[in-house]
Amino acid sequence: MFKHLFKLLWNKKKQNFLFLSEILVSFLVIFTVCSFLVFYYQNYSRPMGFEYKQVWPISYSNVPQFKTADSAIAYFENLRQGIKAMPNVEAVSFASSNYPFSNSTMSTGIHYKGKKYDRVNHYEVDQEYNKVMTISLLEGRWFNANDAISKDKPILINETLKTAMFGDRPATGQLIGDYDDKEKMKVIGVMKDIKANGDYWPAGNAMFVPTDTATSRWQNNILVKVKPGSDAAFEGKLNKFLANYMKNSTIEISHLDQMRDSKNSETVIPMIIFIIVASFLVINVALGLFGVLWYNINKRKGEIGLRRAIGASGKSVAYQLVGESLILATMALIVGCFFAVQFPLLHVFNLPANVYIMAMLLSISFIYLLVFICSLYPGKQAATIHPAIALHED
Amino acid sequence: MIRLQNIEKVYRTATVETLAINGISLDIAKGEFLSIMGPSGCGKSTLLNIMGLLDEPSKGIVQIDNQQISSFSDQQLAKFRNQKLGFIFQSYHLINDLQVLDNVELPLLYRTASAKERRVLATEALEKVGLSNRLKHFPSQLSGGQRQRVAIARAIVGRPQIILADEPTGNLDSAMGNEIMNILINLNRNDGTTIVMVTHDENMAHKTHRLVRLFDGSQVQ
Repeated sequence: MFKHLFKLLWNKKKQNFLFLSEILVSFLVIFTVCSFLVFYYQNYSRPMGFEYKQVWPISYSNVPQFKTADSAIAYFENLRQGIKAMPNVEAVSFASSNYPFSNSTMSTGIHYKGKKYDRVNHYEVDQEYNKVMTISLLEGRWFNANDAISKDKPILINETLKTAMFGDRPATGQLIGDYDDKEKMKVIGVMKDIKANGDYWPAGNAMFVPTDTATSRWQNNILVKVKPGSDAAFEGKLNKFLANYMKNSTIEISHLDQMRDSKNSETVIPMIIFIIVASFLVINVALGLFGVLWYNINKRKGEIGLRRAIGASGKSVAYQLVGESLILATMALIVGCFFAVQFPLLHVFNLPANVYIMAMLLSISFIYLLVFICSLYPGKQAATIHPAIALHED
Repeated sequence: MIRLQNIEKVYRTATVETLAINGISLDIAKGEFLSIMGPSGCGKSTLLNIMGLLDEPSKGIVQIDNQQISSFSDQQLAKFRNQKLGFIFQSYHLINDLQVLDNVELPLLYRTASAKERRVLATEALEKVGLSNRLKHFPSQLSGGQRQRVAIARAIVGRPQIILADEPTGNLDSAMGNEIMNILINLNRNDGTTIVMVTHDENMAHKTHRLVRLFDGSQVQ
């Protein structure tokens, strides 16, 4: 029967072109939506990698001009100690502007054994950053005071970069080249991935370097870990202290948990809009499929009557029409999958191949379900066509 | 082979009740070739549809091959039609998107037969009607007579005991009509197939064993 139906549909491919096109377009739209959803879900299900609650980023501008590096270091160290001395503060760290959930990125390239790794997120942090962010190390250690006098610049890398560069081997103690592969940097530890762009984006490759005397004066951000229950009154005190210390600066205190929500919204809101638009398209396509099937049944009344006369029961007529729709869907999906499979093959959007494979499986299932539902009622109606009337009408 | 007892068929709408068949009783023996004649609207096709189990009588009993049909489910009716009956229509009712061979194979799709068996049986049936050289043609590539011969091949491919033909020569010229009639006569004579044929053509009707005339839903001869 399958061969018979396939032959019948193949011979009518021109008449079925509209049906096939509708399914193909829906598949491609659903595939795109599913790719995003699978990608976001995979990232969402991974741990954040750090504690963002109770962390308050403070940004400031117009820091004083220092004549020497030592005076800058003394100025910022006093600032740190002043904040730390406040009753609700647990830890304080200076950081580059690309701290988690900020809208700032800094990336670089690094070399290892002749291979260059591009787009490595570059974070400048100090010795207390891990305490502020509650970061776990997988191997090695965090920065300490002795790093300032070490021969090779110490760096920490994240799990993703470590896997890309060293696989299962330990990374601690390995020397890697900087952007131009001129200066060597020594890996002193590997930390868990931190999702700096929110719940729905991957950590990517990341390296952490300590702030030094040359860079501290350019830092414009402090991350403060406060005790639970720290309220607006404490925030006011902190702001007052900072305003007194940095008289000509503009101070802005944020909350990392609110920044996370805001960052997530940048992903979720466009996705919701995309899903709504896709849903309208799918509803239109479903109505279209329903209409085409309904029209086909009315056009094929004579054939239905004939099939009933030569031995088809009402049920088998219904099964035939649903089966035909599913075969047509398969034809369109074969073409759709040909296009979809190009995404992982050509590394479009640089998403992992498993995202596309999962999205393809989901969209294929969705299309089959959609076509099945749309053909169910017309099929049922076809089954009720009276053979004598159908043969007489044709 | 076919026994109709006091058959009535009434078509009802909200306002009108039409009596299409009025108390017809008929016995058709195995191997008989019967023709039914009458003016348009006298109930010939309705009677044929009732014999072919495509329509239910409002009243009366239908017995085919000693089986009373009224208690049959939709599935049983379909199986019975497939195995015992063959249909030939005035307008052929061929599927234009299928080749001749595939059209003839159609009734066998509703049986348990392998693709090879279906092909063999369909080819044999087409040979019987003299169309073995048109297996790969589409119906649109055939003449009216050839199309009706394909329809006959389709009707006999399942080797049914009864063939019901609704004006099989109605759309054909006299030469083609005679050709089709000869095929039916041969089927009846050589294979012992019982044939019931509705026709408007006196000449064709006189070639059959028995003629039944209907008028306003009643049997008059």
